[in-house]
Amino acid sequence: MLFHAEPIEFTLQEGDGAPAWRGRAADGDDLQRFAVSVHRHGGRIAALWGEDVRPMGRGFTLHCVFALDEGHAWVTLDLPAENPAYPDLAGIFPAANRMQRATRDLVGIAFEGGDQRPWLRHGAWPEGWYPLRHDAPSPPEGIGFANLPSDYAFVQMGGEGAHEIPVGPIHAGIIEPGHFRFTVVGERVLRLEQRLGYQHKGVEKRFIGMDLAEGSRLAGRISGDATCAYAWAYAVAAEAACGVEPSGRALGLRALMLERERVANHLGDLGALGNDAAFAFGLTQFMRLKEDWLRLNARVFGHRFMMDRIVPGGVAVDIDGAALAEIGAQCSALEREVKALRSIYDEHPGLQDRFLTLGPISAELARELSLTGVAARATGLLLDGRAWRHGYEPPVPYAGLGVRPASDERGDVAARVAVRFDEVFESLRLIRAIAGNLPTGPLRLEVAPKPGVEGLGVIEGWRGEVVVGLRLDAQGRIARAHPHDPSWQAWPALEFAVLKDIVPDFPLINKSFNLSYSGADL
Amino acid sequence: MIPLLKRIFRTGIVTEPLPEAGEAKAEIERLQDEILTILGRALTIREVDAGSCNGCELEIHALNNAYYNLEGRGIKFVASPRHADMLLVTGPVTRNMENALRIAYDCTPDPKLVVAVGDCGCTGGIFGESYASCGAVDNVVAVDVRVPGCPPTPLALMQGILAAVKRG
Repeated sequence: MLFHAEPIEFTLQEGDGAPAWRGRAADGDDLQRFAVSVHRHGGRIAALWGEDVRPMGRGFTLHCVFALDEGHAWVTLDLPAENPAYPDLAGIFPAANRMQRATRDLVGIAFEGGDQRPWLRHGAWPEGWYPLRHDAPSPPEGIGFANLPSDYAFVQMGGEGAHEIPVGPIHAGIIEPGHFRFTVVGERVLRLEQRLGYQHKGVEKRFIGMDLAEGSRLAGRISGDATCAYAWAYAVAAEAACGVEPSGRALGLRALMLERERVANHLGDLGALGNDAAFAFGLTQFMRLKEDWLRLNARVFGHRFMMDRIVPGGVAVDIDGAALAEIGAQCSALEREVKALRSIYDEHPGLQDRFLTLGPISAELARELSLTGVAARATGLLLDGRAWRHGYEPPVPYAGLGVRPASDERGDVAARVAVRFDEVFESLRLIRAIAGNLPTGPLRLEVAPKPGVEGLGVIEGWRGEVVVGLRLDAQGRIARAHPHDPSWQAWPALEFAVLKDIVPDFPLINKSFNLSYSGADL
Repeated sequence: MIPLLKRIFRTGIVTEPLPEAGEAKAEIERLQDEILTILGRALTIREVDAGSCNGCELEIHALNNAYYNLEGRGIKFVASPRHADMLLVTGPVTRNMENALRIAYDCTPDPKLVVAVGDCGCTGGIFGESYASCGAVDNVVAVDVRVPGCPPTPLALMQGILAAVKRG
């Protein structure tokens, strides 16, 4: 089929994941025209990565995933073995810029125009050496490449009284590393520029050559707080590639775990948001509730964060009636507690004074930046891969649950707090609905790897949309896996949200997004 | 204000009545007491995420919830390595964080303790050593104690902190 009458022919991916279509662009102009058309129709860029396919007698390929109303369109562009390059997409989707820079740093595929600064390559490997090229020479035996301190060309702002505050990579709290460069006048932020990549640990290189089971473990460790979302997205990609459809029971259990992950993270965030506004009571209360929640995870699923419980073909853990009843009872108890805490939050003048109007982004900006997840819904965008919308059918089991996406149109910290509260209640409803009606069926089907197949998995994680693209080689091992975190698109939104607010408010604004460093640094 | 106070009183002190087995509760209290007996004062910890997936950080955060109540017993996480007795380092150490970790280590006053946290901090874990990863924490700075686990539980973290203090 065609989208928007553009000349790229798409075929629908088999399987029971979120709808995804596969197509090939004839050349860079076709890709760019398609991107323009997606943008005009209100679509988003969902992921972008590159691949060295010279061992297969070809050159390089560029993979772009666009999100349309109906689902995801995965477009591949073939590039020559010599000097692979494609037209800049960041002029259409600004969020593409960092993805393009990362793809250039890792695979050596150039993009024509726009910001060309290195992104993931700091000083740990030399320019012109590309880790994801199959013929990249090994680093010098024993000593490796020299790890050189690197300079980054931050955008400088002049003007009387303007000065810079560098923060990081090590931050003051218990938090992942990254660098923030503030330009301020007095306390007011004129500009924030992020430099990330400190968490880059070579995940995509590690995937190459793994079997499906090993890949699943690695996928569950892209961003530890979203382990269920990644493991599920990876499993969908593997199952679509190999033609396996897990049982209704397995899919129900996956959703149960994903919603428990969402609740756990939202509880932690709601507490931390209170704390960052000097309301330590909130942190104490929510962290207590989170701990109760995690302990039940450990008892029922055997792991506090449910790592490695979602696997290709199904799930690795079953649950009995007593445990389902315990889960249901815990949901009811938690709902009462969170309702009481929400009214305390809502009625606390000091807290609301900090939350309201702070760190705002508009729906228009959210759309321009291809934002998904909590931050997008807090601007009024009804984007939720679990919910029905015009022309889109959510994956099993969400299609039958009637998920109501949370929404708030204010776009500020208060809105992101409100969306989290609403999503906790909705997830509790979903967990009870799933637990009360879990079908019988096999837990896990065998996923026999097939040579040369591909698949795409998309899951609405707690932070936003997680995408995993997967291709197997002739031996059925992983030729390329690309996990994509929603933080790629959300980090630039944070740069806008902080403008005109003051430096001491940054921790609160940052927490209201709570983005992943590891997930986007890979 | 009234609902807030009511909530505090209704919640009570949860550090005591741990919902899990009695042994775990006793173990937590013993660890907390032993750490402070040995130190005779507060222990300060600077946590450094040198490349983790953020899973270990979730459990390190949990150490300060009301159940484990580490800070309530005088064991405190501080913002600067210059104020720290101990570095609690998660890994694998990315090459992009290698220099920053060395600087943090050099800034920590002697005698200092280093605890490597998680399977990745202990051995490099699933990420191993590569063009981008130095692997285990002790490939970069000297480590006193290792706390394996993916991620290690809060109880395991407390035991690791105690083991380091006993050695130091």
